[in-house]
Amino acid sequence: MKTAVIVFPGSNCDRDLAVALEAVTGVKPMMVWHADTELPQGIGFVAVPGGFSYGDYLRSGAIAARSPIMRAVVEQAGRGLPVFGVCNGFQVLTEAGLLPGALMRNAGLNFVCRDVALTVDNAQTAFTSRYDAGETLSVPVAHHDGNYFADAETLDRLEGEGRVAFRYGEAVNGSARNIAGIVNTAGNVLGMMPHPERKIETAHGGTDGRRLFEGVLETVGA
Amino acid sequence: MKLRIFVTLKPGVLDPQGRAIHHALGSLGFEGVEDVRAGKMFELEVADSTTDEAIDGMCRQLLANTVIENFRVERA
Repeated sequence: MKTAVIVFPGSNCDRDLAVALEAVTGVKPMMVWHADTELPQGIGFVAVPGGFSYGDYLRSGAIAARSPIMRAVVEQAGRGLPVFGVCNGFQVLTEAGLLPGALMRNAGLNFVCRDVALTVDNAQTAFTSRYDAGETLSVPVAHHDGNYFADAETLDRLEGEGRVAFRYGEAVNGSARNIAGIVNTAGNVLGMMPHPERKIETAHGGTDGRRLFEGVLETVGA
Repeated sequence: MKLRIFVTLKPGVLDPQGRAIHHALGSLGFEGVEDVRAGKMFELEVADSTTDEAIDGMCRQLLANTVIENFRVERA
């Protein structure tokens, strides 16, 4: 199965994701430029990378979410294509309306760049099936705008429907209810601020991120 | 036609930037500042024929994120 990584001007984790996807699938992903209007034929998994797309102008992820390729990603996600957004990619997915809520400036105003404790809240999503519920992982974050916000009704719905995939196990950025990653209603779109693609090999200091890719890519038949 | 579009955080949405600015004003010795909320202002030059509906669309689809922000349009 072919995978794809979207590349915006200002993306800087696209190659990290490409290395992670190749490590897990054995096949180099297609790198798809923001100005393209269609995803390549036969793509079974799309990753939206971290970085500072369009310089974070207006709001983080706001301009990228309106780019030509994102129209195609939104349309395909609606048909069930698995889409994974990490860090700036999570911001892009919320701005594109694929996931509810918004990522605001960190409560402490600092750029946070370190390994954090991450708890698997729901191990039954397509992305978390290789983890145990309640398992604590160590995964790096590197962001300035990771403070997840949604109104109380939306937060209740996310929790009630088991759509919180990951929570921080410590205070990181002020996120509502310590939410670090959520899935959409259909369960085929995951957005998260921490970077599992940076914990793939022992040389990274741990492999806690690898099972996310193994799980979801197995689910979609990679 | 000139437009000024003010985008502000909704009431109840925490504004860490506004809080930092508030703190800095206090550090400069300005007293009696009760609260600071940071926002954005856009100046647009648009065709006179631009409809209210189109302006509203610009705000909702791009200039403001209505999950967290309100907007207000002023015609200059």
